Amino acid sequence: MAGEAQSEGGLVFHPLDQFMVKPLFGEGPVQWYTITNVTLWMALGVLAVTAIFVFGSRGRALIPSRAQSVAELGYSFVHDMIEEVTGHDGVKYFPYVMTLFVFILASNMLGLIPGSFTPTSHIAVTAVLGFGVFIAITLLGLINHGLGFLGMFWMKDAPLFLRPIIAVIEIVSYFVRPVSHSIRLAGNVMAGHAVLKVFAAFAPLVLISGFGIIVTPLSILAITAIYALEVLVAIIQAYVFTILTCVYLKDALHPGGH
Amino acid sequence: MELEAAAALGKFFGAGLAAIGSGIAAVGVGNIAANFLAGALRNPSAAGSQTATLFIGLAFAEALGIFAFLVALLLMFAA
Repeated sequence: MAGEAQSEGGLVFHPLDQFMVKPLFGEGPVQWYTITNVTLWMALGVLAVTAIFVFGSRGRALIPSRAQSVAELGYSFVHDMIEEVTGHDGVKYFPYVMTLFVFILASNMLGLIPGSFTPTSHIAVTAVLGFGVFIAITLLGLINHGLGFLGMFWMKDAPLFLRPIIAVIEIVSYFVRPVSHSIRLAGNVMAGHAVLKVFAAFAPLVLISGFGIIVTPLSILAITAIYALEVLVAIIQAYVFTILTCVYLKDALHPGGH
Repeated sequence: MELEAAAALGKFFGAGLAAIGSGIAAVGVGNIAANFLAGALRNPSAAGSQTATLFIGLAFAEALGIFAFLVALLLMFAA
């Protein structure tokens, strides 16, 4: 067992180093205007989305090319989702929801390239998205319905003596929404990438100890399997973030579920 | 000195305990998926329209597991 402990000591476990925010050019402290790797990968995500949607749909062919099919499928996917969840008057806000979806999807997918960086793994990034949705939707509800929006917290169907209790619960759950909305995305992405790195750290064991003959192929197999799972998670989390935005939007447009 | 050692030990204990929370969230996620599948097999024609609800439910169940994971991370690397 002592030998195993030594060989374990030779492995390097730094699963969270990949999330380090570094200046892209030179060294020094990171200011708000510093161009970092986060800036780079966000910009690449925006470029990728632009490339697919602008250049893909440029031809407007009757029989779409591959890029045009992808663009049309993505467009109608989000369009159908918002129409199904919020109803027809939610379609007005389609551009915002679509932007969220494609930005998160592009960030997640580009982050899966080995050696790249995932902006959505940072709570700082997803919190801006989550609180943006929260503030926008609260304002929207107040503008559309005035103080009637607050009726969402006052359940007319519940017995009178229960209503204050339900109101407290509803208000707390309303204000937890942006927190869970943003932490879910960042946590999922970060957890998956950290697990990948932990298995990757086991892979070079064959260079250090005899156990490696078993451990190294297993860990490479595990990386492959988890990578596939991460592709799924990247898509599902973008989908979940978007559909929750739609659900919250429905609350703002039709408070009380009418 | 003793106190610092105890604090370091407590960090690892706390992180391990937080990992239990992730496991319990896994039970919740499995429960939702299993019930969806059971319902979908009884009435496959209605299943397609409920996938959005399925994913919303999964997301809510999973979020709490992610919170536990976050606590573990904070204990290990930030505390």
